[in-house]
Amino acid sequence: MESSVDTNLATRPNDNLGRVVSLKPEGTVSTTKRIKRSFRQIRAEKVFRRTLIIVALVMVALVLGIMLTLVYESTLSIKSSGIGYLWGKTWDPVRDIFGAYPFILGTLLTSFLALFISIPFSFAVAVFLGEYYPEGWFSNLLKNTVELIAAVPSVIYGFWALAVLVPIVRSFESKIGVEPVGLGIFSSALILAVMIIPYAASLGRSMIHMVPSNLKEAAYSLGATRWEVIRAVIFPYTKSGLFAGVLLSLGRALGETMAVTMVIGNTSLIPKSIFAPGNTMASVIANEFTEADHPVYLSALIELGLVLFLVTVVINMIGKKMVSRFTNE
Amino acid sequence: MKTLKSLAIVALTVAIAGSMMVTGCGGSGSTSKTDSTSNNDNAMIGAGSTFDNPLFSKMFSEYNKLNGLKVNYQSIGSGGGIQQLTSKTVDFGASDAPLNGKQDSALSAPAIHIPVTAGAVVITYNLPDVKDTLMLTPDVLSKIYLGEIKKWNDPKIQAINKNTKLPATDIVVAHRSDGSGTTNIFTTYLTKVSKDWESKVGKGSSVNWPVGLGGKGNEGVAGSVKQTPGGIGYVELAYAIQNNMAYAKMQNKAGNFITPSIASVTAAANIDIPADAKVSLTNTEAADGYPISGLSWVLIYKEQKYNDRTADKVTKMLKLIQWMVHDGQQYSAPLNYAPLSPKAISVADAQLKTVTYDGKPVLQ
Repeated sequence: MESSVDTNLATRPNDNLGRVVSLKPEGTVSTTKRIKRSFRQIRAEKVFRRTLIIVALVMVALVLGIMLTLVYESTLSIKSSGIGYLWGKTWDPVRDIFGAYPFILGTLLTSFLALFISIPFSFAVAVFLGEYYPEGWFSNLLKNTVELIAAVPSVIYGFWALAVLVPIVRSFESKIGVEPVGLGIFSSALILAVMIIPYAASLGRSMIHMVPSNLKEAAYSLGATRWEVIRAVIFPYTKSGLFAGVLLSLGRALGETMAVTMVIGNTSLIPKSIFAPGNTMASVIANEFTEADHPVYLSALIELGLVLFLVTVVINMIGKKMVSRFTNE
Repeated sequence: MKTLKSLAIVALTVAIAGSMMVTGCGGSGSTSKTDSTSNNDNAMIGAGSTFDNPLFSKMFSEYNKLNGLKVNYQSIGSGGGIQQLTSKTVDFGASDAPLNGKQDSALSAPAIHIPVTAGAVVITYNLPDVKDTLMLTPDVLSKIYLGEIKKWNDPKIQAINKNTKLPATDIVVAHRSDGSGTTNIFTTYLTKVSKDWESKVGKGSSVNWPVGLGGKGNEGVAGSVKQTPGGIGYVELAYAIQNNMAYAKMQNKAGNFITPSIASVTAAANIDIPADAKVSLTNTEAADGYPISGLSWVLIYKEQKYNDRTADKVTKMLKLIQWMVHDGQQYSAPLNYAPLSPKAISVADAQLKTVTYDGKPVLQ
């Protein structure tokens, strides 16, 4: 690129860069040009650096701005409900009693249940694609299918869950002797589990790919079996990556709204078991926001958003801590 | 090449600066009022009830053919419509529930209610073996929704439906999970007919349901009921008719069991409506009226001179609403809405005449 610019300037003295100095003798022309260009380069570098800083700051400002907006808009509710908002068990918009406990519980229950269901599958996919079949048409097919799971809009999962999964869960529930409703925390955890598999799986796969082959070969040469290599070399090496993937999945599960709303049963009662209907913070907001007809109610819903935001932040921070502890070991 | 690069950098910087400015404005939050009440006198903006939307779409497109007036109606929910009216970003709001005290006091000027159509909430159920139409009394309905009656063969239900053999299935209650005017009509009715309901739950667009599963929208409730044997739920009349759902006969205040239909809803509205039209038709006095009915209103400010509105525009808007109340009613029945009763129409006319522009009445 450098040279092409040079020749360009030499052959076209009337080019806008050369115009200023075109009357001077040949030798000086090229030096002045060079100096001029380096000035421009320095300036461009500065502009570029500033741009980067600005972009980075905008991101920070955005997150802080969202947080501040949430705090500001929920002051009314914070004033009226106080800290008891977090463990209040009643959500009654008619009497303006707002307690978020059933929804916080519902969010955590569905997300962690989904996580536990999904981990074996996402790790299996990761190990299979990373270690057993890293190449070939079958591995490509599997990889693309798993990635497709992440690309499908969540409302489609909701529909599918409502039409297919819920009746299956209902017949399962009637077999084990709980009230056969079908809709509930268990169904939402199942559909969430499907939706979050690709996040942990893709990250895990690329992590396993990155394990240095000399480490693995060394283990094999010592007579280790495949399982032993996976257990003693690959897992320790990729621990933090796998965990980061799980964290990503959890983040997705916490915020998922549409699919969960469609199958969780949407009741403000505290769930008695994992088969009972419940509600999550995200789905309450989605359900009730449009018709929140008085200021305290609206503010209570925004506070719910704030709580969800903080729960996500806290879980992320705990996750970061755990990732760094794993890596430092 | 280099000019291209610096150009790209400049463009990027401008884009970022632009987005910064936008964020800066956004920082002032929901208080920023965009004056979308356009000065274009041939376009109206309305917002509110989703229940009214199919009917309004038809009415506005017909009116456009007649008078060339464009109406942009945003069906964002009654609560949203009232909020937009409060912030004066729309010409009119539409709601399935009259303004409550808090909403009224949030308005900067008095608003009036003009009834435009009526709807009903029907009780749908899923009892595959029951061939006859189920009959329900207010007492039984409220006890089911309070969770006090748990089985279909409960003596209280059986006593009303003497000729039907009811199964011993559990009753699975379904309700709306999203805040809605339908819920408002339904809970207003239950509050009127049951002291227990009034003290334990109350009325509103969303309430604290003692039992049951929440489904999003009419389709969510209908889905829960259809899928669950023993299910019971409430949906809009129009939705139930269009989807051929089984719905119960309700006993009204006069003691008659009434099948919900367009005629029985119109009949429910043929009662003495107060001058401000703020009346709930639930538990109607009319002997042949279906008890879980409700009016739907267009809301406008009484004094129309605000936000540089021209007298011409105000006249056009009032003419439009007048047309909706009279000629527009022909489009109600085909879309399964109940046409306004004669008494409701006369109240609507009287309300429209109270509208003023700069203190002077607009319509004579």
